[in-house]
Amino acid sequence: MDIHALQQIVHQTRDARRKQTIPKFSPADRDQLIHKYHPDYRASAYRPIRFGPNADEKTVVELAALLEGDSLITDEMDLTPQYTTDVLVIGGGGAGCAAALHAHHAGAKVMLATKLRLGDSNSVMAQGGMQISVAPEDSPVTHFIDTLKGGHMHNDHDLLKVMVEEGPSIAKWLIELGVLFDRQADGNLHVKKGGGSSKPRLVTCSDYTGLEMMRVLKDEVLNQKIQLLEFCAAVELLSDEHGQCTGAIFKDLDNHRFVVVAAKSVILATGGIGRLHIQGFPTSNHYGATGDGLCLSYRMGAKLAHIDTFQYHPSGAVYPEQLVGQLVTEGIRSEGGHLVNAKGERFVNELDTRDVVSSSIIRECEEGRGIRTMSGRVGVWLDTPLLDAEHGPGTVEKHFPAMMMQFERFGIDISKDPVLIYPTLHYQNGGVKIDTNSETNVKNLFVAGEASGGLHGRNRLMGNSLLDLMVFGKRSGLTAASRAASMSHGKLTVQHLQRFRADAKKHGNVSGVTSPMILPAYTRKVS
Amino acid sequence: MAQDNTNVIDQPEVMQPRMVSIEISGKKYDVPEGITVIKALWYTGQEVVRGAGCLGGFCGACATYYRTKDDPKVRTCLACQMAVEDGMSFTIMPPFPARKAIYDLQTLKDPKQDLFNLYPEAPLCRNCNACTEACPQKIDVREGVWKAVFGDFKSVSEMFMDCVMCGMCTPVCIADIAPNLVALYVSRAQGARFTEKPVGLDARIKEIQEGRYNDEWKKLLNMSEKELADHCATVK
Repeated sequence: MDIHALQQIVHQTRDARRKQTIPKFSPADRDQLIHKYHPDYRASAYRPIRFGPNADEKTVVELAALLEGDSLITDEMDLTPQYTTDVLVIGGGGAGCAAALHAHHAGAKVMLATKLRLGDSNSVMAQGGMQISVAPEDSPVTHFIDTLKGGHMHNDHDLLKVMVEEGPSIAKWLIELGVLFDRQADGNLHVKKGGGSSKPRLVTCSDYTGLEMMRVLKDEVLNQKIQLLEFCAAVELLSDEHGQCTGAIFKDLDNHRFVVVAAKSVILATGGIGRLHIQGFPTSNHYGATGDGLCLSYRMGAKLAHIDTFQYHPSGAVYPEQLVGQLVTEGIRSEGGHLVNAKGERFVNELDTRDVVSSSIIRECEEGRGIRTMSGRVGVWLDTPLLDAEHGPGTVEKHFPAMMMQFERFGIDISKDPVLIYPTLHYQNGGVKIDTNSETNVKNLFVAGEASGGLHGRNRLMGNSLLDLMVFGKRSGLTAASRAASMSHGKLTVQHLQRFRADAKKHGNVSGVTSPMILPAYTRKVS
Repeated sequence: MAQDNTNVIDQPEVMQPRMVSIEISGKKYDVPEGITVIKALWYTGQEVVRGAGCLGGFCGACATYYRTKDDPKVRTCLACQMAVEDGMSFTIMPPFPARKAIYDLQTLKDPKQDLFNLYPEAPLCRNCNACTEACPQKIDVREGVWKAVFGDFKSVSEMFMDCVMCGMCTPVCIADIAPNLVALYVSRAQGARFTEKPVGLDARIKEIQEGRYNDEWKKLLNMSEKELADHCATVK
C-alpha cells in the first residue's frame, strides 16, 4: 500500500487518542515485558567470554569475539616513542574533549588522539538534552533516584552520586565556555521532562544539544592549542613491568604507520559499540563506534561491568531506507508524541524508560500489529503531527529543526505525517569498570564516557549520557593531571600482551579476529 | 506475524533496485538508485576513512559537492544525507585550510569590537551570496556575516544553531571569510558574555556545596536494598 494510505489511521485516531491516558507498567508487568521482548534477554545472542578479567561472564557474541581477539602488535615491535606527554586522551568526542581541557587547565601536557576528526562522535548527535537538576522542585537526590530506577537498581551508587552532584557546576562551566542552553523568560535554564524522569530536568539547545556542546568544546580544544593526533587509531596500550599503563600505540590511518606515544597516564574516551550491529540491529551510532576501548582495556586486564546490556533506543527511523537506524529524538515523545500501532492504538506510556518502550514496540511488531516495509523491516508510527495539533502549528518545526530537515531531504514533512520507527542499537549501558576518579583497576588507565561502565546500571536514563561525559571526562582529566606532577614516565612494554596471548592459547586461540575493529567493514567486496 | 499485505509500505525501489550511472570524483560507476552518497562509495569498493563521521547529518565530515544530470549548477550536500540519482556526479570535499582565530573568551575586553581583530576579513563581505547558496543546512550565511559585523550577536547565534561546521561556506568566499568560524566565535561570545546568568543554577550549586542534601543522602545511602527499592517506588 501507499505510505499515505497507511498513515490515514494515525490521522483518524488522533483526536480519540488525545483523550486517553496510558498508565505506566507495574514493576512486575514491566519485568515480564522486558524479559520476553527486550533483545538483552535473547539467550541465543549471548555466550560466555572464554578468558580474561570477565572470564565465564556472558556478553553478545559480536563483542565476545573482539574481546578475545588478537592484537595487531608483535612482541618485537620497536617501542621508541615518537611523542611523550603527561596525559594521553584517546577519543575526540565529549568525554575526550572534556578530559583534555580539564587536564590542560590543571597544567598537564596533554595530547588528544582520535581515529577520525576531532569531534566525530556520538556526542555530536545527542539531541534530547542533558539531565541536570536545576529546577527548584528538583534535586540531585531525585535525579539519583530516577536514574537508579531507570537502571533497574544496578547502578554504582558512588559514581551516580558524583554525577548528579556535579551536574550543576558542569552546566556553569559550559555556559562560561559559551554554550547556548535554552532559557526561560527570567534567564534561568529551561528544563524539559525526559522519559523515566519524575521532574523536568533536561537542559537543551533546541534539538542540537550535543552539536552545540561539541562545536564549543572542539573550538576550545583548538584555542588551548592542545596537541592533536587525528586519523590515528589506538591499536594497543603500553604497560610497564608492574602492569601499569604507560602509553599507547596508534595506527595512522593516512599512511598506515605505527605511532608510539609515551604517557604518564592514558584516558580512554573511545565511546560505544553501535557499529558492531549486535543482533543485526541498525544503529544510531557514528562511523567509529566499534568498541575499541573495551578491547584495549580488556587485554590490559581491566575489568568490565554490565557488559551484557545494551540500549536499543525506541525510535530509530525505519522509513525511508536511507535513514534506517537514525534517531528520531525522544524529545518528540517528551512533548507528547504518541506511539501508534497499525490498528491506530497506543500501547505504552511513551514516557516510560527506553527499555520498556522498546520492548513494547517489539511486542507490537512480533504480534502482527506493526507496519512493514518491502525491504523486510517493521515498525510502528510515531505521531509527530500531534505536536502541532496539541501545541499549535509550527511546534514541530520550531522545537525539532534538525529532525524536520533530516526528513525533508527525502520529501517527508514530519509536521504533517507520522514517521515509522523501530528500536535501534543506541548505547552500551556497561563498559570498563571505573572508580569515582574514572580510573580502572589498571593503574594510570582511566576510562570516561560511554566506554566506561557501572554508572548507568542496566539501562541508561535519557539525558544522562551527556552529563556522564562531562563529569567523568573532567574527573579523569583532573586526576591524571594532578598525578602527572609527581611521577615519571614508566617503561614501555607489551608484557600484558604476552599474558593475554598465553591465556588465549590455553583456550585454543579460537577468536580468529584482530581487534580493535577500528572501522566497520562496509566496503562491498566483489569476488 | 500476519503475512498479508495490508500493512506493507510500497517500496518498489527497494524490491527491484534500478541501477543508475553516477560519477565519483570523475569516474563512472553503476550503483542502485536511491542509496546515499556515502553508501555509493562503499558500494563501489572504496575504503572510507576521511569523509565519514556521525553518518547522521550532524558532524559535517562528509561535505560533498555534487551536480545532477545536465545541470551546470554545482551544489553541496552531506554525503550521509543525500540519495544518488541517475547522472549525478559528486566529489567529497577535502579539508579546507581555513584560518581559525585563537581567543580566550573570558579575557576579551570587548567581544563585539574584538571580532574585527580576530577576523579582520569579516567586514569585507561583497554580498555575492555564494556562502548562503553553499550551505547544506539552509542557513542564510551572508545575512549572518552582516549581522555579526553589525554586532547583532544574538541573531547570529540563533541562525547558526543548525550549523554542522562542514565548512562549505568557506572555499566559495571571494573575501576569504570563513563564515562558520566567524559565527562560532560570535555564538560563543553571545553565550559566555551577553547572555543573562541563570541565578537558579548558582543557587543550586551553592546548596550542594553547603551540604543542603547531606541528610537526605545519608538516609538514602544507608538503606538496605529492599528499603531503597521501596523508597524509589514512591517517587513518581
